[in-house]
Amino acid sequence: MKTIPDDLIQQHGLTRNEYEHILEMLGREPTVTELGIFSVMWSEHCSYKSSRVHLRTLPTSGRRVLQGPGENAGAVDIGEGLAAVFKIESHNHPSFIEPYQGAATGVGGIIRDIFTMGARPIALLNSLRFGPLDDPLVRRTFAGVVAGIAGYGNSIGIPTVGGEIAFDESYTGNPLVNVFCLGIAKADEIVKGVASGVGNAVYYVGAKTGRDGIHGATMASAEFDEKSAEKRPAVQVGDPFMEKLLLEACLEVMRSGALVGIQDMGAAGLTCSTCEMGSRGGAGIAIDVSLVPQRETGMTPYEIMLSESQERMLLVVKRGREAEVERIFDKWDLHAVRIGEVTTDGRLRVTHHGEVVADIPNTALTDEAPVYRRPMAEPAYLAEAQRLSLAALGAPPPVREVFRRLLASASVASKRWVYRQYDHMVRTNTLVVPGMGAGVVRVKGTARALAMSVDGNGRFVYLDPFLGAELAVAEAARNVACTGAQPIGATNCLNFGSPERPEIMWQFARAVEGMGAACRALEVPITGGNVSLYNETDGRAVLPTPVVGVVGLLEDASTVVRRAFRADGDAIVLLGRGGDELGGSEYLKVFHGLIRGTPPVLDLALEAALQRLLVRGVAAGLIRSAHDCAEGGLAVTVAECCFNTSLGASVDVPAVAAAVPEFGQIATLFGEAASRVVVSVEADRAAELVALAKAEAVPAAVVGRVGGDRIRVAIDGELAIDESLADAEDLWANAIGRWFDRPRAVA
Amino acid sequence: MKFAVVVFPGSNCDHDAYHAVKHVLGQDAAFVWHKETSLAGADVVILPGGFAHGDYLRTGAIARFSPIMQEVRRFADAGGPVLGICNGFQVLLEAGLLPGAMLRNRSVKFQCEHVFIRVEQTDTPFTSACRQGQVLRIPIAHGEGNYYAEPDVVERLERNRQVIFRYTTAAGEVTPEANPNGSVHNIAGLCNEARNVVGLMPHPERACELAIGSADGLAILESAVRSVSQGAFPAAGAGAKAVAAAR
Repeated sequence: MKTIPDDLIQQHGLTRNEYEHILEMLGREPTVTELGIFSVMWSEHCSYKSSRVHLRTLPTSGRRVLQGPGENAGAVDIGEGLAAVFKIESHNHPSFIEPYQGAATGVGGIIRDIFTMGARPIALLNSLRFGPLDDPLVRRTFAGVVAGIAGYGNSIGIPTVGGEIAFDESYTGNPLVNVFCLGIAKADEIVKGVASGVGNAVYYVGAKTGRDGIHGATMASAEFDEKSAEKRPAVQVGDPFMEKLLLEACLEVMRSGALVGIQDMGAAGLTCSTCEMGSRGGAGIAIDVSLVPQRETGMTPYEIMLSESQERMLLVVKRGREAEVERIFDKWDLHAVRIGEVTTDGRLRVTHHGEVVADIPNTALTDEAPVYRRPMAEPAYLAEAQRLSLAALGAPPPVREVFRRLLASASVASKRWVYRQYDHMVRTNTLVVPGMGAGVVRVKGTARALAMSVDGNGRFVYLDPFLGAELAVAEAARNVACTGAQPIGATNCLNFGSPERPEIMWQFARAVEGMGAACRALEVPITGGNVSLYNETDGRAVLPTPVVGVVGLLEDASTVVRRAFRADGDAIVLLGRGGDELGGSEYLKVFHGLIRGTPPVLDLALEAALQRLLVRGVAAGLIRSAHDCAEGGLAVTVAECCFNTSLGASVDVPAVAAAVPEFGQIATLFGEAASRVVVSVEADRAAELVALAKAEAVPAAVVGRVGGDRIRVAIDGELAIDESLADAEDLWANAIGRWFDRPRAVA
Repeated sequence: MKFAVVVFPGSNCDHDAYHAVKHVLGQDAAFVWHKETSLAGADVVILPGGFAHGDYLRTGAIARFSPIMQEVRRFADAGGPVLGICNGFQVLLEAGLLPGAMLRNRSVKFQCEHVFIRVEQTDTPFTSACRQGQVLRIPIAHGEGNYYAEPDVVERLERNRQVIFRYTTAAGEVTPEANPNGSVHNIAGLCNEARNVVGLMPHPERACELAIGSADGLAILESAVRSVSQGAFPAAGAGAKAVAAAR
């Protein structure tokens, strides 16, 4: 007899074929609770059904990798018996619907992933994308997301030490909120999300379960339309104080040695944590949901299993040590409740007041979830978008105007208005604060430090997904190397449109290929991450935006280098070579409203050599400051090195050979050629650095000198930019704040 | 010399205070859980920064009911040096150990940045190693640090020289621009009438090493070491002595 109607199946986001598969695996019709469980576990968000075949091609191992993808987070060896545990995750969809809570719970979720591994979280980064700030609705979303990140991170006491933000119309109805967290664990004490040992107790601890967030995972797997506001009940509400209690209590429980495994209840809540822990341990789990602490009366098993209430953990405790674990949670005023036990049969069995409401093999929900090799097709826009005719743009604007407008463009301008709201100093480890390049934190108890950066340029990926993704990896690793740290591992967050559209799937597949190529060449394996698809509103996708987080190890924290110039009279050296690279540039976007051309050429061998040179040059005490050339090109980079220092600079660079001579100056000053870094060095040691560069086969030239109160950039001896440092800095420093506050003096 | 760092469940600068005292100053330090009823023989008590109980109500409003606060009050009443930093300052205000209250920052946003504060008085256990008028560069990190008290209270604070730190420019001038949060009279920190209890919004424990941006905060913690070792505060060391006697 058929009791599950077709429209119910459809409402659960399951296709006819998927439903047939469920019938086959169960050998019967599912209960409504089971239908809900399958629906969330087989959602794109949890199952990676469209992305898995591609993700398998990424490099995930290396001599420092202690934990690759598949656990709550990845881990790399940082020496002295310690591991860096890190991951990046998206919370895009909830942040559009309810910016503050969406972003806040994104922070909460990634923090849980890190401490679940037995690591103490010590740093956060975020990568954000919004529409243009002249749209009031965007300003509301932007301010709400920033406040939400601040509200959660500040309260729990984990510093936000860096990040990046860019703006483009494609993100107006679908902002991206990607949050990265890094923690430190003892390498031999990493905890896994595994259930094993028949008869071991399964505990629930943390916030009570409510009706919030039901179907959050399914929401994150659907596109937005005008009815999205109706989905607000699916956004969860965060409680950072509860999470702080959980963090401290869980770390204490882990130190006691009484734990078998632990997992947080994130997307798909109790469902995901039970079946994944069981599946990893090759065991089963039987729980009685009537024992689950509930915030509301009359909750059904369906609701309890699918709730995404925040700040909840599932633990498997060694037999005989239950009282010890309960005592620790009591100390923190948390009530750990025994809701079930580990079984041998490999099944997820859920009862409710004695009645079995779900009984499913774990593997049906995890390993045997559908995998799709979705159709792919090169997007129709691509060939046209890659054609860039500068000659058709008419006479280029005056260089001075370009310089000033690029400094004030929201994607380039200072993000101080944002990071001033983040506590970036708590834990007293922050060696490099936000706005100064990669974030760097020291590792107390050692001489070491860790550098981390998140990067991704959606325009480049839109114009060439393979190359754009390669450039994202290169930039994140380069930013880390600029501090003197050796890049050792990476995590990714892949933000794309609907995988059901062949052109989006093609972008995705090509980007993953490019990412893999760059990660292999630069020796930064991907240890985990997150895929966010369906980033579309009314059928229009965001720019394809793979964000890469790279972690680097600095053996001697005292050698750390920042982006700002250090002293009057220091020589300025340009590492790498320029090129006629205006494709996908900030210049084209700001002045001509165009995303066109091909992204900058990337020579991975040169990039690797450049990064080796940076690490060696910093270790040798030669490089005193370093900043990579990105959006806005060389002129903007030199200016940024001057900001926050009250030191000006004078540089003279060779002209690049431009295909359209009228755009020669623009290409030289604002082109975004890859693998270039502006460094400063004591004047009498400049030759030493140039020699070191030669040994690494990296082009290097002394191009100028730090000092004065102006920013001067000449091309082949002819002065092109001559701007007061104070004026330039004012443009850059206040561009974002002036949308929200009255302008204020430069600090 | 022993510092007690009180740990409320939502404290998050407790480890930073401990690190500064223990590893930078080289003094003895101990965490004291808020449910405990003894300060473990401490000479100096620090109430650290954080969000003591989440602070969804007023900051510090619940912390004053923690069992340890009775002991902190007894210690303070006996003249022992107590330092409240940021949330610790807010707890001292809520507990009535210092006068006044905190409003939300003038910007209505959390603010984390380095500011300059001027040492107004040096006759407290936390400024005895400073110079009068010395300007310190120390970070703030708070959403509710806009100090407020009724005009007559502020007047009394000024008359009694209880304003210990004021937000100023780098040159030590009191200006509206140098005031990061709107505090009345640019007040960044104050003491009680007996001068042994000091609260301030800036974080001296975050400014004890040049590697992390400033070492100006050391003067505040070193003051406590100097004051206690010189016996300048009657109850200082009382806890340690009591423990010694018990042995």
